[in-house]
Amino acid sequence: MRGWRRRGEQVVAEVDRQEAAILRGLVGQVLDMLAAREQDAPDDELAELTGIRVGPSTAPDDPILSRLLPDFHRLDDDKPSKEDLDSAAALRSLHEPELLEFKTGVAQIVMDTCPPDGGQIHLSVEQADAWLSAINDVRLALGTALDVTEDMPDELPEDDPRSSHLGVYHWLTWVQESLVTAVSS
Amino acid sequence: MTTPVEQHKPEVESVGSEDHPWLTVVWNDPVNLMSYVTYVLQKIFGYSREKATKLMLDVHHKGRAIVSSGSKEKVETDVAKLHAAGLWATMQQDS
Repeated sequence: MRGWRRRGEQVVAEVDRQEAAILRGLVGQVLDMLAAREQDAPDDELAELTGIRVGPSTAPDDPILSRLLPDFHRLDDDKPSKEDLDSAAALRSLHEPELLEFKTGVAQIVMDTCPPDGGQIHLSVEQADAWLSAINDVRLALGTALDVTEDMPDELPEDDPRSSHLGVYHWLTWVQESLVTAVSS
Repeated sequence: MTTPVEQHKPEVESVGSEDHPWLTVVWNDPVNLMSYVTYVLQKIFGYSREKATKLMLDVHHKGRAIVSSGSKEKVETDVAKLHAAGLWATMQQDS
């Protein structure tokens, strides 16, 4: 890929087969994680009757999912108040189904517009926004898994088990940066 | 480069004694790109590039920034939009 370019109302780029496979593979993994979380939603007869979806009231145990689906209040400060805990639980069960739907939707747009064997990608500005969110979700997932810090070096020592994955993370950073530039131009 | 300036004034609600507005806070994290955070703040709140950049730099340097305020419902909606974009946002009552 040589970066995204704005062409009138479209944003375009070209990916080779390997780049397409990496992108689709990672976005697919995020989709799987979101789907697994959706299975955790409580079975609720009332929700079935009213059509109002209710999500889980507690944050995911998994650090990646918990970064993708944050709490509505800061709860990690020394001792959160009961009021904040209750409110965060209520807000999560109210908003999480919608958030899962959004994140699944943007990931699906990448799957639908990124050719599996590589090639040209033509996106509308709306699709480009979906790509930005989806790539960001993948970077949040990878960044959490790799325990990325703000001053992460370009390369880690070879004996660091994370070193081979860091290249993918940096590549995605570059892809996202290039896409932000293209949509804001 | 300029963009239309459309700034949200905090909507202060007066409901009995609970007239403290709520605040939307964005926290610094090591993954989100500076350019992306600026873009998201412009898109969600209609802020000028200048204002969005200033807020992004506050997040980056001070660890957090208040990006909007108002009624509980408004701030709740703002936090939900920021979560959709992947930003680390929370809400709290102004004290």
